[in-house]
Amino acid sequence: MNQIAIIGVGWYGFKPSTPEVSFREMVFEASTRAYQDAGNINPRNYVDSFISCQEDFWEGISISDEFAPDQLGGALRPTMTVAGDSLQGLAHAFMHINSGIADIVAIEAHSKASDILTYSEIVKLSMDPIYVRSINPQNFHFIAGLDAVKFMERKKISREDLAMVVEKNKSSGLSSPRASYASKISAQDVLSKEFIVYPLSELDIAPLVDGAIVIVVSTEEIARKLKKDDYVVVKGISYATDSSNLETSELGKANYMRIASDLAYKMANVTSPRKYFDAVFVDDRYSYKELQHLEGLRISDDPSKDLNEGNFSPQGEIPVNPLGGHLAKGVPLEASGFSLLLDAIDYIKQGKIEKALVGSWRGIPTFSGSVVVVEKP
Amino acid sequence: MKVNLYLNKRVAIIGAGLTLFRRRLLETPQEIAWEAASKALEEAGLELKDIDCVVIGSAPDAFDGVHLKGEYLSHGSGGIRKPVSRVYVGGATGVMTAIAGWYHVASGLCQKVLAVAEEKMSPARPHPQSVFKYIWDPILEKPLNPNLIWIFAMEMHRYMSKYGIKKEEIALVSVKNKRNALNNPYAQLGANITVDDVLNSEVLVWPVQLLDVSPVSDGGAAIVLASEDVARRYTDTPVWVEGVGWTLDNTEWPARDLSYARYVEFAARMAYKIAGIERPNKEIDVVEPYDPFDYKELHHLEALQLAKRGEAPTLLKEGVFDIDGDIPSSPSGGLLGVGNPIAAAGLMKVISIYWQLKGTAGKMQVKRPVHTGLAQAWGDLMQAGTVIVLRN
Amino acid sequence: MVTPLKENELKEHVIISYKPNAKYAYTAGQAQSKYLMGFKEGKIYGRKCNKCGKIYVPPRMYCDECFRPTDEWIEVKDEGIVMTAVASFISWTRERLKEPEIVGVIRLLPSNDRDFVYPGIFHRICTTYEEVKNMNIIGKKVKAIWRSKEERKGSIEDIQCFKVI
Repeated sequence: MNQIAIIGVGWYGFKPSTPEVSFREMVFEASTRAYQDAGNINPRNYVDSFISCQEDFWEGISISDEFAPDQLGGALRPTMTVAGDSLQGLAHAFMHINSGIADIVAIEAHSKASDILTYSEIVKLSMDPIYVRSINPQNFHFIAGLDAVKFMERKKISREDLAMVVEKNKSSGLSSPRASYASKISAQDVLSKEFIVYPLSELDIAPLVDGAIVIVVSTEEIARKLKKDDYVVVKGISYATDSSNLETSELGKANYMRIASDLAYKMANVTSPRKYFDAVFVDDRYSYKELQHLEGLRISDDPSKDLNEGNFSPQGEIPVNPLGGHLAKGVPLEASGFSLLLDAIDYIKQGKIEKALVGSWRGIPTFSGSVVVVEKP
Repeated sequence: MKVNLYLNKRVAIIGAGLTLFRRRLLETPQEIAWEAASKALEEAGLELKDIDCVVIGSAPDAFDGVHLKGEYLSHGSGGIRKPVSRVYVGGATGVMTAIAGWYHVASGLCQKVLAVAEEKMSPARPHPQSVFKYIWDPILEKPLNPNLIWIFAMEMHRYMSKYGIKKEEIALVSVKNKRNALNNPYAQLGANITVDDVLNSEVLVWPVQLLDVSPVSDGGAAIVLASEDVARRYTDTPVWVEGVGWTLDNTEWPARDLSYARYVEFAARMAYKIAGIERPNKEIDVVEPYDPFDYKELHHLEALQLAKRGEAPTLLKEGVFDIDGDIPSSPSGGLLGVGNPIAAAGLMKVISIYWQLKGTAGKMQVKRPVHTGLAQAWGDLMQAGTVIVLRN
Repeated sequence: MVTPLKENELKEHVIISYKPNAKYAYTAGQAQSKYLMGFKEGKIYGRKCNKCGKIYVPPRMYCDECFRPTDEWIEVKDEGIVMTAVASFISWTRERLKEPEIVGVIRLLPSNDRDFVYPGIFHRICTTYEEVKNMNIIGKKVKAIWRSKEERKGSIEDIQCFKVI
């Protein structure tokens, strides 16, 4: 297997709502920018396959991939959908290239969350119809609550620790152009909020956001031709599911992150991740998840201690979500993984770091995650 | 534009499993997936712990009534504590699932892959048809209260009018496939019917009548794919994946001529190029084109370059596509005879070719020796084509 | 082995009913908004790509062939040629209809009968089942029957149907 290169990125939106454009027009804006960034290539001639990452009920359209190809340049070309997080889409692109079927692949993911009027009801529809949905949970965050309590008990994490994560990420987001929800809120502000589900307040839960991201990847040979050394390499990539059933997955522990990262590290020859990476960009759609994921990724065995010592702050030993994560930028549905990856790429291109770790989760009620190791060539 | 190629690795199918295809199954979607998956593992001689990655294929989430259906299905599909992902191109998903399984191995990412497709159409109320209203453009088309059959009927009528094809000629597909299905132990609708039966059946959306259409079904299908060295260790009769292709046409179906499936042609050309096939009608020994409607089989045979445009009905009449003909088509009985649990039906087509090439198709086995076979699926708003070429 | 059931056997097993509450407010966007506003004025607008010359109806802000933004708004005729037409005897929930509903695809003018891709619209056609069945309707020239100005809402329903002229 050969590593692949990220040669173009483009995005649009990252606003709470985008009434000016349809989701397809939004993706056209993002893909135009991505192809420009990839050395001004025309996707009609240069791109070998196209991947869209979306789910029917996020779109409100059954078989929503019908609406995927045109705005990406993929009409009458090999275009397909990966119904999953955008980093899974990237993994499929990695396979397209390594199987020999493609040299250049474009991957698209978007969120038109503002079009969804009954978001929590749709999340509920993803739960097991017989065992879980029929108990009629009042609030889909209850699974996060169960998971958080178990995790906090196991790793001696306090409610104050969670509030610190919120403060850190919301303020880190102030240096990102994509962070609509960045603010100078303090841990104390977080602690004074009422609970949605114990131990999580409204501020511990990342809001939704609209946006589209397109990423173009290629073999390294083509990357050098098109971009000299202005690209990043995907050195390791994997994804995993713990178990899809609530009762058979392990609560309190991000097993999916552990399995996926172990596979990605193996591919990238990473033996001690804490030392290897310069920064981590990880799913924090619930404040506790950032800490839980860092444990799963083998970045920290004592996340509370590391957090309190400032090791995860933008100036710390191993910055975590230095551009704000989902708490500052919002959750763009299946584009979530790409939104974290985009931060990693920005940080590398700004010269702040050379090696980044990206870890994405698919949210309630899944136990699925994806991990990518990206570096300067 | 690169359409191949010197592929890096050889990949074989070494096991397959199907559930019965039926109108209503008692089992949950997870249980249906589990049965197909465990049968495939058994045929391959592997256990779940041997599997590196799982690929899931399923069509609209609305059928099973579960959002994020891939996540939900992963448990029954053996996707536990390992990489699992779901691919999706509407009705073309079943063959795409096999293609994705292929590239999981061909890329070197995995050695042994379980690819599982499942669909449970029966839970939808008041009728599974109602789910299809939501596949149309929500702003420009849905207000007209369309049902799924409209779009097929429009395509069928366009095809008939462009090439002067009669309903009697098309009905022969239904007759052939339901007859073939009598030999298939998994089939829902095997029967000896006549052209008149088709022409006298209930008119749904003219020119589509009840016996022109595949039924509503529940069912699961699964295959195991492996790298060359693994395949040689586990079986003496591996069936190789020699070509794959997929294409998605543009979204605006009312703005293009429906008489010809150019998206299937493009997908087929990609697969033929990879497989080194130059004269498909001479080199393909057995074919499973996607046949949710009878005219669709003819439409697809033309796009696959196995018949000239508008001439598939003539070849059909001459017996070319019969089980003892030159190019047996849908020897399994197809969707018309076996049933149409969408993604599972597409993967069933791949499995049919796999069993034919392995020589284990039982009563479905075509008489002539076969070495190269093709399975194809179709989907979306007359848009998606997926093609896989297998050789023994 | 899986267990096939007959419809009447369903009640011998536990069935859990669930009605998804999935509601959306679809953003029409730039292209479809102008298209729908055009209906209000009794006009059909498309977008033209000046590179390949294609006119997109329904309109799009980008050309999928050339992958570039489309350039200008073009008004096409509310007349065209019937490419295909069908007569539906079932509703979207598969109930039997007494009178068939007739729908089809119209290639709007100006366009050419050799075009594989053309400005097109999917809509109802005001004709008889007989005309559909004997295929006479296919290839006929039709024109939009608009609702009265007061009734139009900026929706595809502003056109009642297309009728032979």
